[in-house]
Amino acid sequence: MGQALPVADAARQRAVAQALRIFLPERAVLWEQEDTRPYECDGLTAYRQLPMVVALPETEEQVQRILRTCHDLGVPVVPRGAGTGLSGGALPPGDGVLLSLAKFMRVLRLDPVARLAVVQPGVRNAAISDVAAPFGLYYAPDPSSQIACTIGGNVAENSGGVHCLKYGLTVHNVMRVRGYAMDGEPLDVGGESLDAPGLDLLALLIGSEGLLAVATEITVKLLPMPQLARVVMASFDDVGKAGDAVAAVIAAGIIPAGLEMMDRPATHAVEQFVGAGYDLEAAAILLCEADGIPEEVEEEIARVKQVFERAGATRLTVSRDETERLRIWSGRKAAFPAVGRISPDYYCMDGTIPRKRLGEVLGFIGALENKYGLRCPNVFHAGDGNLHPLILFDANDADQLRRTEEFAAEVMQKCIEVGGTITGEHGVGVEKIDQMCIQFRAEELSLFHAVKAVFDPRGLLNRGKAVPTLTRCAEFGRMHVHGGKLVHPELPRF
Amino acid sequence: MLADFRDTILAAAARRAPLRLRGGGSKDFYGGAPRGALLDTRGYAGIVDYEPTELVATARCGTPLAELEETLAREGQMLAFEPPRFGGAATLGGCIAAGLSGPRRAAAGAARDFVLGARLLDGQARDVSFGGRVMKNVAGYDVSRLLAGSLGTLGLILEVSLKVLPRPAAELTLRLELPEAKALESLNRWAGSPLPISASAWRDGELSLRLSGAQSAVRAAAQKLGGEALAGEAALEFWSGIREHAHPFFSGDAPLWRLSVPSNCAPVALPGAQLIEWGGALRWLRAGTQAAVRAAAASAGGHATLFRGGDKAAGVFAPLAPALLRLHRELKAAFDPAGIFNPGRLHPDF
Ligand SMILES: Cc1cc2nc3c(=O)[nH]c(=O)nc-3n(C[C@H](O)[C@H](O)[C@H](O)COP(=O)(O)OP(=O)(O)OC[C@H]3O[C@@H](n4cnc5c(N)ncnc54)[C@H](O)[C@@H]3O)c2cc1C
Repeated sequence: MGQALPVADAARQRAVAQALRIFLPERAVLWEQEDTRPYECDGLTAYRQLPMVVALPETEEQVQRILRTCHDLGVPVVPRGAGTGLSGGALPPGDGVLLSLAKFMRVLRLDPVARLAVVQPGVRNAAISDVAAPFGLYYAPDPSSQIACTIGGNVAENSGGVHCLKYGLTVHNVMRVRGYAMDGEPLDVGGESLDAPGLDLLALLIGSEGLLAVATEITVKLLPMPQLARVVMASFDDVGKAGDAVAAVIAAGIIPAGLEMMDRPATHAVEQFVGAGYDLEAAAILLCEADGIPEEVEEEIARVKQVFERAGATRLTVSRDETERLRIWSGRKAAFPAVGRISPDYYCMDGTIPRKRLGEVLGFIGALENKYGLRCPNVFHAGDGNLHPLILFDANDADQLRRTEEFAAEVMQKCIEVGGTITGEHGVGVEKIDQMCIQFRAEELSLFHAVKAVFDPRGLLNRGKAVPTLTRCAEFGRMHVHGGKLVHPELPRF
Repeated sequence: MLADFRDTILAAAARRAPLRLRGGGSKDFYGGAPRGALLDTRGYAGIVDYEPTELVATARCGTPLAELEETLAREGQMLAFEPPRFGGAATLGGCIAAGLSGPRRAAAGAARDFVLGARLLDGQARDVSFGGRVMKNVAGYDVSRLLAGSLGTLGLILEVSLKVLPRPAAELTLRLELPEAKALESLNRWAGSPLPISASAWRDGELSLRLSGAQSAVRAAAQKLGGEALAGEAALEFWSGIREHAHPFFSGDAPLWRLSVPSNCAPVALPGAQLIEWGGALRWLRAGTQAAVRAAAASAGGHATLFRGGDKAAGVFAPLAPALLRLHRELKAAFDPAGIFNPGRLHPDF
């Protein structure tokens, strides 16, 4: 970690670069350190590795030939979109090819009547909504990174966003994916109708973290833009009360367009940075958005306010116009970068838990702040129970880094214990791979490996990520003990 | 119960003898003809966990769909994909294995969209769980969604966790007189504007629209759309008839084809009565030969299923492209190496 690891084998590097140069122009094959350096990490900067070679294809045929060539030479491949991923999914292979889809930036077709767009994988998430806007349409999943992240990365991670509570995740908004398996075999799953014959391979590909196929064309569903949206901002003097208020909104039969929480450390960090007008006295604030036709929005806002009042809100503000609404959201959307300004480094976690356990888990995290002597603001998708604790640390301090990792491991463990998951939307990547050994048992991991082998028998695409080997789990030593039995009795203990 | 299931599976796997997984049998008609020794899932029943504020319900495979939906209704919630039961016996396991969705599909999503997690016994009788009971979960491949529509070919689904939703505060059904092409044009245009249309059905020049949502939104949309409002009882009966195929369109022995096509494709020019749902994306047809129907669906950019009746020997589902067929065969082998679960139900080859 920290320092980027050097590339292992210069002769191999030359051979692979030459093999790619047969069909790729000079500018599309990078291998000198100064050129490959920008690709050494994704958004999880604690992990760095220089890729042996970077390939920047521009056509599908080139992608196919890169894959075929690498497959034949036994060279590992890692696809990359914008590199905003937060789990090291696009961490390059030191002995392989980083396959950048950044040049696939075209919107191929937009059909306003059928309400869909066919786009290349390197198109940015927000760019889809931009081209759809003149038709009164938009692409619903809106990760906070939406101005930078690509739809290819979104498909790989099954990314979510602030509005996913009501409008679904990537998997609910993608209709078709075309791409290539590791051996260069073309794949075409899903379609422009609402279902396709056979097994739902689309569900399998979405969220597969680039381990099964490289997506080269994606068809997304577009939704009509709501006529009006307004946001309620509610203050609470206690984090637990805010958590209960979230459950109370759902219990009242309301599915808001967005329901987000920020605790005091988070609002303080953000306020210095963007001035969103947050209540700095509150222990936590909730942002709850209603959208639809004006009458409906008024009705929902009134109900939400009532629920928040009953839940003990100390202050309530409702956006009066679009400018104010956007200002209130600007703080939430800028939360990660804002936190980045108050600390040399931060580590963003991503567990999802049942909503009813929010208060308890936030309390647990608070106690860990004391235990490890590290601060941890929280800003997250409360309506979905998807936490993003941000542990603040200084990567130059080895001890802080170690404490951060232990802190994070305890939080992930807790998420599993309360019936949740280690990752709600950022993916496992390299980051949470050991915790996969806690969340899943050997039988399940074996099935994942069997699925992987169907698409990529040689295990070359995004090797070593997302699904740990059983040996790795044994080495990790944190066996998921199920029914009183160890799950890998066949493997040696360390 | 689970021990019995496991023994049955292991014994069948050892002999490579097919097993016919079956709940209430309400979907026996669907897909390739069932064969093999019966494994009845109904004994493994019951709602395991349901907390309305979590919007998640977890139940065992043998749980009657009716029981689950009544439980949700008592809390003002529902399965938003409106799965057809096709008879009182339908179970949750069968519902997810069949993966069918009802009138609300175009607006709310399909069965697969609401699956959050599943537990199954695979072909080696391994008890495995995927996904979970929370709204968002991207740890591991999304195997639980893959089970929706797998027709039991990957394993015995033991338990399913589903996202549930609050029932809409208000619903209203409108009737409009519209010829087919005009109805399709209107449905696509409306779907592109913020109207709370939760179901649509066109038949014989008459378009029925269901509006769902806040009282105010439903009222405003009704004013905009015009047409005649259908009385509450009659509306419930009508949509239930569409969902359960009790509507007269679905009666009789003529083959029933299901064409899943892009919503804006032109009227399908085939002989036989048609009923259109899902804003144009689902077209039911009461006649036709394999070759003609498949060709029409494919040229429209969709696919056709011989849903009921007709000559199943010539194929039920649209054939898979060779690359996809290879993946299907191998995935099947990964989950069910001995090939015992519901052979031929989803595809003649496996
Ligand atoms: C400030 C900030 C805020 C964020 N907010 C959110 C949020 O709200 N919600 C959320 O879900 N995520 C969020 N993220 C995480 C990240 O933006 C998403 O995971 C995003 O989808 C990654 O897209 P990308 O193009 O950057 O992909 P990359 O980081 O380049 O790659 C991500 C993964 O996808 C694979 N991949 C990329 N392209 C392809 C392809 N064409 N075919 C196959 N595999 C491919 C890669 O191998 C890698 O495993 C945030 C990140 C940051 C930095």
